[in-house]
Amino acid sequence: MTYHFDFGVLLPYWSQLLNGCALTLWLGAISTLIGLSIGLLTVIAKRSRFAALRAVATGYIEAIRNTPFLVQVFFIFFGLPTVGIALQPWPAAIAALSLNLGAFSAEIIRGGIEAVPRGQFEAGAALGLSPFKTFRYIVIKPALRTIFPALSGQFVLLLLTTSIVSSISAEELTSVAQNIDSATFRSFEVYIVTTLLYLAMSMLFAVMFKAIARVWFSYPTK
Amino acid sequence: MSGFPIPPNRKPTLIREFGWAEVWTIVLGIQATIVLSLVAFTGGGIGGLLVAVARTAPVRSLRALAGGFIDFFQGTPMLLQLFLVFYGLPVLGLKVNVWVAAAVGLTLHASAFLGEIWRGGIQAVPGGQSEAAHALGLNYFARMRFVVLPQALRLSFAPTVGFLVQLIKGTSLAAIIGFVELSRAAQLVSSITYKPLLAFGFAGLCYFTICFPLSRMSARFEKRYSIKT
Repeated sequence: MTYHFDFGVLLPYWSQLLNGCALTLWLGAISTLIGLSIGLLTVIAKRSRFAALRAVATGYIEAIRNTPFLVQVFFIFFGLPTVGIALQPWPAAIAALSLNLGAFSAEIIRGGIEAVPRGQFEAGAALGLSPFKTFRYIVIKPALRTIFPALSGQFVLLLLTTSIVSSISAEELTSVAQNIDSATFRSFEVYIVTTLLYLAMSMLFAVMFKAIARVWFSYPTK
Repeated sequence: MSGFPIPPNRKPTLIREFGWAEVWTIVLGIQATIVLSLVAFTGGGIGGLLVAVARTAPVRSLRALAGGFIDFFQGTPMLLQLFLVFYGLPVLGLKVNVWVAAAVGLTLHASAFLGEIWRGGIQAVPGGQSEAAHALGLNYFARMRFVVLPQALRLSFAPTVGFLVQLIKGTSLAAIIGFVELSRAAQLVSSITYKPLLAFGFAGLCYFTICFPLSRMSARFEKRYSIKT
C-alpha cells in the first residue's frame, strides 16, 4: 500500500463538518414532522369510507415505496419546475423526504392501529366513552408501543437518506463533505470521517429511542 | 462553436426531442440496473450467509465481528458506503471502475442486511431442532446445512424479497458515482431533451414495474409466515 493517509488536512474544516451534521439533523427533524403528519393523514384516508380516497392513499404509498428516493428527488427538483412548481434545493429536499417518510410511516401506523384488538374499541364504547376518548385513553398507548420500534427505525433511515439530497445540491453533511473533498482532494479521508459522523448520529438516536421506549412503554401487558 | 455550419434541415439547437432513441437509452439503463441488482444480490446472498452464520456462531469474537459489520452498514448512508468503495479502491492500489465500485459497494451493503435478516431467521428456528440434530450426532456444519438454514431461509423469505426491492432501488445511487443505469440514463435523457418530468416519470414507472410485483410477493409471504427479524 503506497497511499499515505492524511487526516490532518481536515482539521481546519471541523466546524464545517459539525455545521453539516446540524443541517442534516434539521433536515431530518423538519421532514419527520411533516412526514408523520402526511403519514397520519394517509392512514385516515386509507381507512375512510370513500373508495376514491382509499385508492389515492394506496396509490401514493405504493408509488413512493416502489421507486428510488433519488428519482423522487429528481422528479420534484428538476421535473416540477416545468409545470410551474419551482422549489429551491432545501424546500425540494424537505418535500421529497417528507413524502417519502409519509408513505413508509403510513404503513407502520396502520399496522399499529390494526394490532389493537377490536375488543378494546368495543370496551371503550361500552364504558360510554366517545370515539375520540376511546382513542385517546385506550388505543393510542398500546398502538404507539407497537409502532415505536419501527417508527424510530424509520427515522434513523430517514436521517441516512438525507445524504442523497446532496445530489440536488441541498446543503447538508454529504454536500459539505463534497465541498471539502473538492478543496482538499483527500476524498477517502473526507468520506471516512463523514461516514463515521453519520454512524455516530444514527447510533446516538438508536440508543436514545431505546431509552425512551424503556421509560414510556415498559408497563406490564398481562 | 461558431465555426460549425448548421445543416439547413436541422433546427439550430442542441435540444433533442423525446423520441424512441431516448426511450431506448432508458431501456438500456434498465438492463444495467437489473444486472447490477442481480450481481449485488448474489454476492450479498453469499456474504449474508457468512455474516448470518458468524452472527450466530458459538464463537464470541466471530459474533462481535459480524455484529460490528452489520451495525456499520445499517448505521451509515448507502451513498457514503459507495463513496468509500469508489475512493477506497485506489487507496488499496486498485484501478477505479464504476462498475466494480458499485458492485462491491452494493454487495457489502447487501451482505450486512441479508446477514441480519437471516440471523433473525436462524434464531427463529426452535432450539429443539438444533438439539435434536445434535443428539443425532450431526456436527455443527451438518446441523446448519441440513437442519437450521433450510428452515431459517424459508422463514426469512418475505423480508429477503423485501430487501431485494430496497436493493434494486438502492442501485440508483450508483448513478451518483457515475455508473450509467436507469436513473443516470434518465438524467442524461432529461438533460438533452429538457423534459425532466417525462424522463424521471418514465424512470420511476420502470422501477415501479420491477419493484411492485416483488413487494406484493413479499407481503403475501409475510402474511403466510411472519417472523420478527
